[in-house]
Amino acid sequence: MHMADALISPAVGGTLWAATAGLIGYSSRKVKQDMDDRRIPLMGVLGAFIFAAQMINFTIPGTGSSGHLGGGLILAILLGPAAAFLTLASVLTVQALFFADGGLLALGCNIFNLGFFPCFAAYPLFYKPIAGGRISQRRIVLGAILSAVLGLQLGALGVVFETFLSGISDLPFSTFLFLMQPIHLAVGIVEGLVTAAVVVFVWKARPEILEMTAASKPAGIPSFKKVLAGLLIAAAVTGGFISWFASTHPDGLEWSISRSTGKQEIDPPKKGLHRLLATLQEKTSFLPDYSFKISKNEETAGDAWPAVDSGTSLSGILGGALTLITLVLIGVLLKRRKKPHAQH
Amino acid sequence: MPSIESTFFDLGTMDAISRQDTFVHRMDPRIKVLTTLVFIVCVVSFGKHEISALVPFLVYPVFLVVFGDLPVAYLLRKVTVAAPFAVLIGIFNPLLDQQVLLQVGPVGISGGWISFFSILLRFMMTVGAALILIATTGYHAVCMALEKMGVPQIFVVQLLFLYRYLFVLVDEASRMVRARSLRSFQGKGLGIRVFGSMAGHLLLRTMDRAQRIHLAMLCRGFDGNIRPSHPLRVRGWEVMFLLGWSALFVFMRSYNGPRFLGNLIQGFIP
Repeated sequence: MHMADALISPAVGGTLWAATAGLIGYSSRKVKQDMDDRRIPLMGVLGAFIFAAQMINFTIPGTGSSGHLGGGLILAILLGPAAAFLTLASVLTVQALFFADGGLLALGCNIFNLGFFPCFAAYPLFYKPIAGGRISQRRIVLGAILSAVLGLQLGALGVVFETFLSGISDLPFSTFLFLMQPIHLAVGIVEGLVTAAVVVFVWKARPEILEMTAASKPAGIPSFKKVLAGLLIAAAVTGGFISWFASTHPDGLEWSISRSTGKQEIDPPKKGLHRLLATLQEKTSFLPDYSFKISKNEETAGDAWPAVDSGTSLSGILGGALTLITLVLIGVLLKRRKKPHAQH
Repeated sequence: MPSIESTFFDLGTMDAISRQDTFVHRMDPRIKVLTTLVFIVCVVSFGKHEISALVPFLVYPVFLVVFGDLPVAYLLRKVTVAAPFAVLIGIFNPLLDQQVLLQVGPVGISGGWISFFSILLRFMMTVGAALILIATTGYHAVCMALEKMGVPQIFVVQLLFLYRYLFVLVDEASRMVRARSLRSFQGKGLGIRVFGSMAGHLLLRTMDRAQRIHLAMLCRGFDGNIRPSHPLRVRGWEVMFLLGWSALFVFMRSYNGPRFLGNLIQGFIP
C-alpha cells in the first residue's frame, strides 16, 4: 500500500513530509539519548533483514496466495518505537530510490503510514501492555495480531485520507474506504500471525533478546499537541506555497475542494479540514485576481473541469504531441551522436 | 524466486551505472537532489486533467539520460515493472468520471480517461526522476548530500549501514529460499510454521552479525559517533544548473507551451 507521487498533491505530500521530518528528528534525538552504541550496527543490519525476510514467501492456507513479512511491528518489538521508526524509514527510503515504490514526494506519506502507526501507535497501545512485561506464547500472538491489525487499519486510513485530500483520484471517499479497510484487515491478521511466528521463535531460542527491549526505557509517544501543532504549521506553509500556484491557475487542489464541498456525501470532519485549507488559501494568496468565490461560481455553473473548451483542448493535444515528439527525437539524436564518442 | 532475486541484482546494476564519469555524475549531489525535488513538486502540482502542459517536463529526464549516458531501456523497464499502486487506483477514474471533456471529431473522451493518462504521465516522470537521481549520483553520494542538508546524522548512518548489508543478507535469504524449495514437495513446508523458524533463524544470524560488526568497529576506534562526511564542493556553474532548471520548471508550470504551439498550428490550418 505504498502511496505514489502520481496520486498526491504537493500540499498533502509537503505536509506529510514535514510531519515525517519532525518524527525522524525526534526519533534521532531519542535514539542518541537513550541507546548504547551497540544498537547502531544492529539497526542497520535489521533494516537489511527486513528486505531479506521479504524475499522469503509463505503460502496462506486456503487462499492459494502467498504473503511475506511487512516489518514495522517486528522492528518495534525488537528495537523499541524510536529506533524502529528510523530503521523502517530507511527501508522505505531505499525502496523509493531503487525500486520505484511510490516516489520521493510520497515518501513522507509512506513513512508516516507504514512507520508512524505501527511504531508509535500500535506498539505502545497494544503490544507493549499485552506482551511487553510478562512474556508468553499466547501473549505474543495476541499482542502481535491486535497491533498489526491496528497499525495496518490506521495506515490504510492514512492512504485513503491522503488520496482523497489530494483529489487526483476520482474514487469517492466512502468507496475507497470500504475497499481499503477490509483488505487490510486480512493483511493485518496475516502480518500479525507472521510476526508472532518469528517473535515466538526468537523468544524460544534466545529469550534474552526480547527481555532486552522490554527492559529498556519506554521511548514514549511524542505529545499529541506537538504533533498537531507541527502538522498545522506544515499545512499553513504548504498551503501558502500552493495558493501561489493555484492563484494564477484554477486547478488541482482548489478544484477538488470546490468539488468536494459541493457534494453532500462527505462527512463533516473532512468538510472542516477542507474549509480550513480553503481559508488558509484565501488568507495566504497574494495575487489580486485570486478569489475562492470564483471557483464557487464555476461549480454552480457545472460540474465540469473549469478550463474546458474543446478548441483549446484540441490544441493542447496537438501541441503536446508535437512537444513530445520533438523532445524524444532530440534525445534519440543526441544519444546516437554520443555513441561513437563512447567507443573511443 | 528468480524474479525478486533479479530485482536485487538490479541494485548492483544501478550502482554500476552511478559510477560513470560524465559531468552530470561529477556534479555535487546536493544540486541534483534539490533539482529533482523542484521537478517533482512542479509536476505533481498540476491539476488532475492536465496532460499537455506536463509533456515539456520530459526535457529534464531526457537531458539527464543523454548527458548522463544512462541506459534508456533499462530505466523504462524499471519504471514499468514497479508495482504501480498509482495505476491500480487511477484505473477507477475512467469508470467514475464519464463526463465528456474533449471532443475529437466523433469521439468523446471522458474526463476520467484524461485524468488517468495524466496519472500515468506523472507516475512515469516522478518515479523516473527518482531512479535517474540514483543512477546519476549513487546511493552514497545521495546520503552525503542528505547529511549536509541537515538530515540527522544517525539517520544517514542508518541509511548507509542498511545499504552496506543489504547485499549480504539478501544473498543469505536467497540461499535459504533455494534450500527450502529444493526440499519441499507438492507445496509441503511452504507454510507459515516453517517460515517462522526460517525468518527467525535469519534474524538470529543477523543479530549475531550486528554484534560482530560492532566488535570490529570498536577495534577500529569507534566511539559512538560516525563521521560520514566527505568534503563536498559546489561550483558556480552547478548553482546555475539548479537555478536554471528551477526557473525553467516554474516557467513551464505557469505557461502551457504545447497549447500555445497547438493554437499556432491551428491558426495556420483553416
